[in-house]
Amino acid sequence: MNGAHDLGGMHGFGAVDPDPDGPLFHADWERRVLAINLALGAIGAWNLDQKRYAVENVPAGQYFAASYYQRWLYALDTLLVEKGLLTAAELASGKAAPGSEKHRPALLAADVKPALSRGASARMDDDIPVRFKVGDTVRARNIHPRGHTRLPRYARGKTGRIMRHHGVFLFPDIHAMESRREAQNCYAVSFAARELWGDDAGPGDAVIIDLWDPYLEPVA
Amino acid sequence: MSDHDNGHGHGHGHSGEMSELSPTVLRVRALESLLLEKGLVDAAALDELIETYEQRIGPRNGARVVARAWVDANFHDWLLRDGAAAIHSMGYPGRQGEDMMVVENTPDTHNMVVCTLCSCYPWPVLGLPPAWYKSESYRARSVRDPRGVLKDFGVNLPENMAIRVWDSTSEMRYLVLPMRPGGTDGWDENRLAELVTRDSMIGTGLALAPGAQGGGQ
Repeated sequence: MNGAHDLGGMHGFGAVDPDPDGPLFHADWERRVLAINLALGAIGAWNLDQKRYAVENVPAGQYFAASYYQRWLYALDTLLVEKGLLTAAELASGKAAPGSEKHRPALLAADVKPALSRGASARMDDDIPVRFKVGDTVRARNIHPRGHTRLPRYARGKTGRIMRHHGVFLFPDIHAMESRREAQNCYAVSFAARELWGDDAGPGDAVIIDLWDPYLEPVA
Repeated sequence: MSDHDNGHGHGHGHSGEMSELSPTVLRVRALESLLLEKGLVDAAALDELIETYEQRIGPRNGARVVARAWVDANFHDWLLRDGAAAIHSMGYPGRQGEDMMVVENTPDTHNMVVCTLCSCYPWPVLGLPPAWYKSESYRARSVRDPRGVLKDFGVNLPENMAIRVWDSTSEMRYLVLPMRPGGTDGWDENRLAELVTRDSMIGTGLALAPGAQGGGQ
């Protein structure tokens, strides 16, 4: 979706504050939101791409007004109700509905270390044909889906070169919208900075974007 | 308890009087207690998650990877060829680092990593991202004006050095292998690791010159 999250190239946010000694969390509630997000993710009611899509769907005005972990909080509220883990009334009252189901937590303290160490690779072992090879010229498609996509707006319609074939990976657009694990080739595609931003950009500079096969079309 | 608006480009200003709890604090508390009541999360697991990412996993992991690559040519080649396998071999596997690519700075080319769409970051080697990495400003500007962003970090690169900005749009996570500083011949891994800052592994900084340690990131 063409949401507030798709920030590449935008003006108006000012300088970056390098904040070298800044803490990872600026308030205790941020810690809690991080942990709640990870613990809820372990339930499996939604996947990482659906979580990202929920953040993207925070209304644009609210997105920009919110801090980073506030956006996560809004997204979790949405997902919890959408997936039926909580009702809107429970969320509003902060109290479980009388007689409602008592769950067993998906992640206990003893599970944390093994679960984090294991991770969950998005790499898939499907043997699917590879359409492009390193060095091929490709164009990022000019698409504007309402759903989740990892093709940033600033690259759409632009021409680049296949720099590396990462292998076969879970395709996020389908994973977010249908929960289905579709396998697609993923490539690192190099775009000359001047192709993306015009003559103000450095002549030798480039932006490399990881793009899945369905985002790309061949350039003869 | 501060509820300040980090990631919104407001710097370090506090958003209000702290004598009252902010709506966000109250909301998070209510959510957590509801989730505990429903049995959807476990209190000890939440504490363990926080402790893991606040205390145990951080950029010292990545610094050890970089230092080894500086002293061990075979490891260096392996790291660039199969970043995930080489990093996992050092004991840093896991979430948000399952698939890794390491990109090497050279006298001709400087690499920088961003995630314009969210905040993808290699957790096992760098820990959780700093606030600026998640900020709108960094996400918006680094792809369009990397030299300007580097200036914000006090880094000025020669005009003829090419900059490659890696936008982490997939589940591949990127780590920059900074150039080894001069004047470190014969240094061992531990000593070299002291020169490797978090920002030098994101590409918004360079490894420290000998004697500059302790100056933060």
